[in-house]
Amino acid sequence: MTEIRFHGRGGQGAVIASEILASALFAEGKAVQTFPEFGVERRGAPVQAFLRYDEKPILLRCKVYKPDHIIVLDPVLTKTVNITQGLKPGGWILLNSTQVPKNFRFEGFRMAIVDATSIAIKYRLGAKTAPIVNTAILGAFVKITNLTSLDHIIDGIKEYVPVKLEENIHATKEAYEMVRKI
Amino acid sequence: MKKVITGNHAVSYGALLARSQVIAAYPITPQTQIVELLSEFCASGKLNAKFIKVESEHSAMTACIAASATGARTFTATSSHGLALMHEMLHWAAAARLPVVLANVNRAMGPGWSVWTDQNDSLSQRDLGWIQLYCESNQEVLDTTIQAFKIAEKVLLPVMVVLDAFVLSHTSEPVDIPEQTLVDKFLPPYDLKTKLDLSAAKSYGALTNPDHYFEIRYKIQKAHDEALHVIKDVDNDFYEHFGRKYGVVEAYRCEDAKVIVVTSGTISGTTRGVIDEMREQGRKVGMLKQKLLRPTPVDELRSILYKAQKIAVIDRNLSFGHSGIFAQEIKSTLYGLAGAPPIYDYVIGLGGRDVTPDDIREIIDNTFKAESPRDTIIWRGVRL
Repeated sequence: MTEIRFHGRGGQGAVIASEILASALFAEGKAVQTFPEFGVERRGAPVQAFLRYDEKPILLRCKVYKPDHIIVLDPVLTKTVNITQGLKPGGWILLNSTQVPKNFRFEGFRMAIVDATSIAIKYRLGAKTAPIVNTAILGAFVKITNLTSLDHIIDGIKEYVPVKLEENIHATKEAYEMVRKI
Repeated sequence: MKKVITGNHAVSYGALLARSQVIAAYPITPQTQIVELLSEFCASGKLNAKFIKVESEHSAMTACIAASATGARTFTATSSHGLALMHEMLHWAAAARLPVVLANVNRAMGPGWSVWTDQNDSLSQRDLGWIQLYCESNQEVLDTTIQAFKIAEKVLLPVMVVLDAFVLSHTSEPVDIPEQTLVDKFLPPYDLKTKLDLSAAKSYGALTNPDHYFEIRYKIQKAHDEALHVIKDVDNDFYEHFGRKYGVVEAYRCEDAKVIVVTSGTISGTTRGVIDEMREQGRKVGMLKQKLLRPTPVDELRSILYKAQKIAVIDRNLSFGHSGIFAQEIKSTLYGLAGAPPIYDYVIGLGGRDVTPDDIREIIDNTFKAESPRDTIIWRGVRL
């Protein structure tokens, strides 16, 4: 079983990103389970979403404590939240950022960055001050991990993102090209 | 068609496919998404139902009672304080013998204010005459919602479909959404024999003196006895149509088990995984998942549990001043059987505290080692 944790802020679309990725993995024939951090969502507050997938049906019904990979939608969270908590050695950290934040330690993990914020703003996804970066970051994640295809992600976007479909797909493809392994 | 959906939406699809005719509901976290999607189905014409917006859960159940009394297929959903506010009318629905179906998302009661899961809300409504079915997965939620209408309409008792807050309600996983034509075959329209009819006006719910009241209660009990058979028949019939069945209880790897863990709701899934792992290590342990709480599936519980040397009951609930409620149920069910195994009552996960495989392993290990159950409650994870 593989487990993925999303870190974001309320309004960035972390929960939807997790659902899109789950539907893409499901299209690959995997068993999937995804859920938000259980609570009351507020815009701007740190949020988490979790995803499990496996070759066999998933029985486990508890939170994710030791993720295989993490996806971070807001780089500022690296200063306030222990985002690598429980991350398995060798796991991917995908960060929405133009650069690796100062003093951020990622020894023992694999690291990649993508400027999903600029891409989201370019395609007018969300407000300029609060861009919705979820579809872009998924393009980057697929590129670095190869866990599913870009086509399956785009199918998932069609299902879960009812507005600005073309713009979201462009953003996903652009992040796919632009992501940089560190 | 298989789709990745939440437990809440699994309920909505169940109520849609059952062709609910009247839905009356008041929003409450974590249930709101159920009726939100149903209201969209109604607005788009996908579901031809009257959606009644009300000012409280008490009114929601009252509207359901009136609608059901006219013979309409009636549905509502709620949670926690919403269910508690319905309490008076929950009595009414059962005693009026109305086949209302209600989905309750198990959420802890406040204070402390909580939106997270435990079972005290639905268990507080245990003795009213409602059938209660607890679910483990989103597929089971959808299937049970469809089954619930058929059960309710056959025995004329209201049915409560219960699912854990967030762990099911907000968790997405693949669900096979059946074809409408197949559901129509399984669940045809029904006709309520005695119904509110303006052309033949009658009085309902009138004063019932001691010459008659007692017999009404006797008949509710008889309907529950009948329901035990009907629920199994409906489940078998469901299997014939859809290839899935759940049983009133499920014995999981209980053959030759020295310890049997009794679970309900989503804890069953986590426990299932731990049982598999322990069986591989040669540990003789099994699980009994109790899906049906009322009516009590006495014969099934007895025949499975009787063979164990020890029983561990996991209760995500508590009857203050006594013990976990499922443990009480199991104790009273086994009472009087010579040589019945001792019962260990583990109270865990109240207010949504996470229940992990480590918790289940510790519960099983402790039960194997324990001498005899001295304490009424064995607490797991209380931080003092």
